[in-house]
Amino acid sequence: MNNITPFKWIVFSLLLLSLGAVWIWVSSAPPGSTTQGDIPAPQKGFLAPDFELETLDHTVYKLSDLRGKPVLINFWASWCPPCRSEMPAIQNVYDEYRDQGFEVLAINSTHQDNLGDAITFAQIRQLTFPILLDRDGAVGNLYEIRSLPTSYFIDKKGIIQDVVIGGPMAEALLIIRAEQLFADTP
Amino acid sequence: MLPIIQVGPLALQVPGVILLVGLWLGLLLSERRARRIGDNPAELYNMVFIGLIAGVIGARLSYAITYPDAFSGNLQNLVSLNPGLLDPFAGALIGIAAVVIYMYRKSLPVWRTLDNLTPLFAVMAIAIGLSHLASGNAFGAPTVVPWGIHLWGSLRHPTQVYEIITASLILIAILIIDRTRWVETSGNIFLAFMSLMAISRLFIEAFRGDSILIANEFRLAQVVAWLILAACLGLFGWRVSLRKKDKETIG
Repeated sequence: MNNITPFKWIVFSLLLLSLGAVWIWVSSAPPGSTTQGDIPAPQKGFLAPDFELETLDHTVYKLSDLRGKPVLINFWASWCPPCRSEMPAIQNVYDEYRDQGFEVLAINSTHQDNLGDAITFAQIRQLTFPILLDRDGAVGNLYEIRSLPTSYFIDKKGIIQDVVIGGPMAEALLIIRAEQLFADTP
Repeated sequence: MLPIIQVGPLALQVPGVILLVGLWLGLLLSERRARRIGDNPAELYNMVFIGLIAGVIGARLSYAITYPDAFSGNLQNLVSLNPGLLDPFAGALIGIAAVVIYMYRKSLPVWRTLDNLTPLFAVMAIAIGLSHLASGNAFGAPTVVPWGIHLWGSLRHPTQVYEIITASLILIAILIIDRTRWVETSGNIFLAFMSLMAISRLFIEAFRGDSILIANEFRLAQVVAWLILAACLGLFGWRVSLRKKDKETIG
């Protein structure tokens, strides 16, 4: 440091910054090249992987049929305490926003759960959103679920805007994410 | 990718655990440096924890102020454990403000203190890379290179691994520089670290698949890194010229 003169330092700095500027220009990305919206993957910024599941009364729901509506996908099981804790908040937010088109798909990890317990829980809590049954765990695998609950907030274009691993989710978080889903995609 | 480890009924968020371990190891290194140059390491611990606590509280309050309607119905939401209810930018600003106030009240020398904190920053840079690897965040662009990794539906640049490698090299460089005559001027270690981090970000960001773009083509993180590099080089130059003037005055 003692041998460096201010002139030498200025020359070195300008050279380094010029190289940096050239690198920024060379590595610039054309519009859309860094967004992953066309590839299905269970990650923020990607297209939500499509699936088809039945409810308790055999109504079939296909995720891609809900395109145009904001969707919350919530993976849960009746034995999982945080899943049970966050269900009333999810129900409240569903009641608040369903008239605007907000959808909730509560996917029960049936292959890890007792179906009777899941049905009883949904009845006691008076859950009115669709409870889908992932009987063989295929949809859980598709979404690479490693912990329950896990929730995906999906916008009207089918893009995942947020992933929440673990819980329970606060009602404020649910309200804010629902509002953001309506605001982000016209 | 390993975002969660299930320990009995407990689901441990691996990225968070890595960051906590990084904080602990980084503080140990910073403590050693402070002791070596005759500073009080307790001041460092107090400063970091005050900054962290102020940052977390500030991040939550800022979020609540931004979305008052969501919080007004139930004030328990203010103490929710959901990290999604934090405003990281405001939290960082408030945390830094708390640290600055602490340094001012304790009359801690700014450059010397930043030098003491640099090992912590360098270890945290590695921990952040590891946490990205665990969560699958900060992922790379699709590629065909033989060392690409399968992630999120494509073969991708392992940008998280690039992050870990460059941050590790920077830590080694900092530890070496810290034993040379460069440390005679306070602040040099910190400025060297910031410059090297800015250069590494400039380089690695080019391979990211999730960059935020400005002017429809330039990667925001690269522009910010370039500005930080320019500021660090400018500060270095200014200090070099000051030293030269001092020598001339003494001569």
